[in-house]
Amino acid sequence: MAGNYAPSTSSFAIALREAGIAGFVAVLLAVPLLGFRLVDSAQGLSLDYRVPWVIFAGVGVFCARLILNLTGSSIVGGVQRSVSQIAIFKRFNGDWERIIGWVLIGLAFVLPFLGDRNLADRATLVLIYVMLGTGLSIVVGLAGLLDLGYVAFYAVGAYCYAILALTFGFSFWICLPLAGLFAASFGILLGFPVLRLRGDYLAIVTLGFGEIVRILLINWQNLTGGPDGIIGIPRPTLFGLEFRIGDDAGSFAGFFGIPFSPAHRIFFLYYLALTLVLITVFFVQRIRRLPIGRAWEALREDEIACRSLGLNPTTIKLSAFALGASFAGFAGSFFATRQGFISPESFTFIESAIILAVVVLGGMGSLIGIVFAAILLVGLPEWFRELEQFRMLAFGTVMVLVVIWRPHGLLSKRALSVRLNQQASQ
Amino acid sequence: MTGSLLCIEDLTMRFGGLTAVDDLSFNVAPNEITAIIGPNGAGKTTVFNCLTGFYRPTSGKLKLTQPNGKKISLERMNGYAIARHARVVRTFQNIRLFAGMSVLENLMIAQHVPLMRASLYSIGGLLGLARYQRAEREAVELASYWLEKVNLIESADEAAGSLSYGARRRLEIARAMCASPLLLCLDEPAAGLNPHEDMELCELLADIRREYNIAILLIEHDMGIVMRISDHIVVLDHGACIADGKPAEVRANPAVIRAYLGEPAEDDVQVQAGGE
Repeated sequence: MAGNYAPSTSSFAIALREAGIAGFVAVLLAVPLLGFRLVDSAQGLSLDYRVPWVIFAGVGVFCARLILNLTGSSIVGGVQRSVSQIAIFKRFNGDWERIIGWVLIGLAFVLPFLGDRNLADRATLVLIYVMLGTGLSIVVGLAGLLDLGYVAFYAVGAYCYAILALTFGFSFWICLPLAGLFAASFGILLGFPVLRLRGDYLAIVTLGFGEIVRILLINWQNLTGGPDGIIGIPRPTLFGLEFRIGDDAGSFAGFFGIPFSPAHRIFFLYYLALTLVLITVFFVQRIRRLPIGRAWEALREDEIACRSLGLNPTTIKLSAFALGASFAGFAGSFFATRQGFISPESFTFIESAIILAVVVLGGMGSLIGIVFAAILLVGLPEWFRELEQFRMLAFGTVMVLVVIWRPHGLLSKRALSVRLNQQASQ
Repeated sequence: MTGSLLCIEDLTMRFGGLTAVDDLSFNVAPNEITAIIGPNGAGKTTVFNCLTGFYRPTSGKLKLTQPNGKKISLERMNGYAIARHARVVRTFQNIRLFAGMSVLENLMIAQHVPLMRASLYSIGGLLGLARYQRAEREAVELASYWLEKVNLIESADEAAGSLSYGARRRLEIARAMCASPLLLCLDEPAAGLNPHEDMELCELLADIRREYNIAILLIEHDMGIVMRISDHIVVLDHGACIADGKPAEVRANPAVIRAYLGEPAEDDVQVQAGGE
């Protein structure tokens, strides 16, 4: 581009022309976007023309582009270089990852004492997405199966807990593994028809599966309550102690002889979510290094080579779907018990998209990346609720920046499942 | 000699109207290097694909005799089951490694089946049982043994995709060997190698045959290599076997010379015959 040379007359002309084109495009876009405004007038609605706005947009873009062209790529390149050289991204090796992991866990344990109960409540939501993202990272990150209907398993887990708890009076602790099992069997159910599909085709079928489950929930009125959802889902108990008002021995406050506070339950839910997340993360970290984890990654790399080495792609794919789904099932039943109310509206496609965005933004297969991405995509919007109208704008900007600067996700360095040197030193 | 390891009888593979392999029969003896040669499109890779379960033959029998005397019919088995139970392991013409994974991990995946069993289908591995840890250590030892053999031990922890072309070829053979094969099928292992690497490959294959009592089935275009290391050569042309015998016999066979060099008068006849 022009900026690579000293600005001579000819390069100045090129810069001028390019800025002119950019300004013209800006005017074209600004006419429909900024040029008109609906106003209430005496004759009803009428249009107000905002010519100055359009001119400002055109001139602004023209000037900015001209400056950018004349100073060359030094500004953009400089920013880009400084971002990619932030220490955390650079040479992010195993030691760093471990240290950051432990710091994050430590922080998570003391978090409720650092702020009010709103903080704990929002952090719980982030933790749910960390759990979902970790589960999905098995399917998408490790096994390389692009699943756009992951929310279906989340819904299955949530409804499984709600229905079992309300119909049979099962407690949360019995329902949690059942919801996981049930979601896993749904994972296998989805897995069978899509065994031969890959990439785009798999994405479309899983997208359809997610919608089928949601529509089923809306229409199966007598089981799921239809669009009204299910209300009055039992809250979890701490070894039988309920979180409610009252000072008898059956309630948490009464048992410990402390005054009742609604914050108790929120803190309890937070630590419950934290425990579930830690179990999930520990499990996934470990299974990655086992033969099955390596087989998932091998399947992502080359299915034909897998077959030639005696690996059965069917069982490997189904196990990835089943395990990924079971974590969504756990997360779903936790979601149901936290909300106390579920309806099909909580399980729309946008949820799948956010979970997938958490996995992709975090860097495929990187668990700490998932935590950062969940904070970024789920946590921050909760804190900046006042700026909600700009959320999609920020979302888009973040996505564009990530694609430019970190195309493989925030933390994308893959940790080896086995090392020769480490083995030799043992 | 205890008879043949693999017995191919009347193997035919048709794709619609095209007959890629036509009534082919030959035997592979244990502990020998058998080369399949022939012009491009002769059906060599199709034979491999039938043998390793990627295609299901239209007709014919593929009988493998295991060391314990048990006979296995390969034509009815799935691709992964052939590698797992019959222990016929192959490499590919266009190298198929797990490019994003490390060299060592590639070799660990080749040992997936025994490792999976040792980890009690992941449950024992998750609990960290000693049995699995021992099995994994042994698997790493076997892998490092083969990495030493193919001169890749230095790059054990590097991504397989970052290796040079020749190194990737060697790694694919090492990976196949880690799957403890009875019959190793190599599809053009010398394609794209330089003369020095050709030499190393010959030594490696001779070594494998000598030390591990493994039969090798080899597709190769480089006649220098084929003549040097193979014990038995099968020549295919248009899907049919036109010669079968020792290297010296095959080299002198007029039909082979015709297929490779071509004779104008005969050629027209062959084209007509092939078109039918």
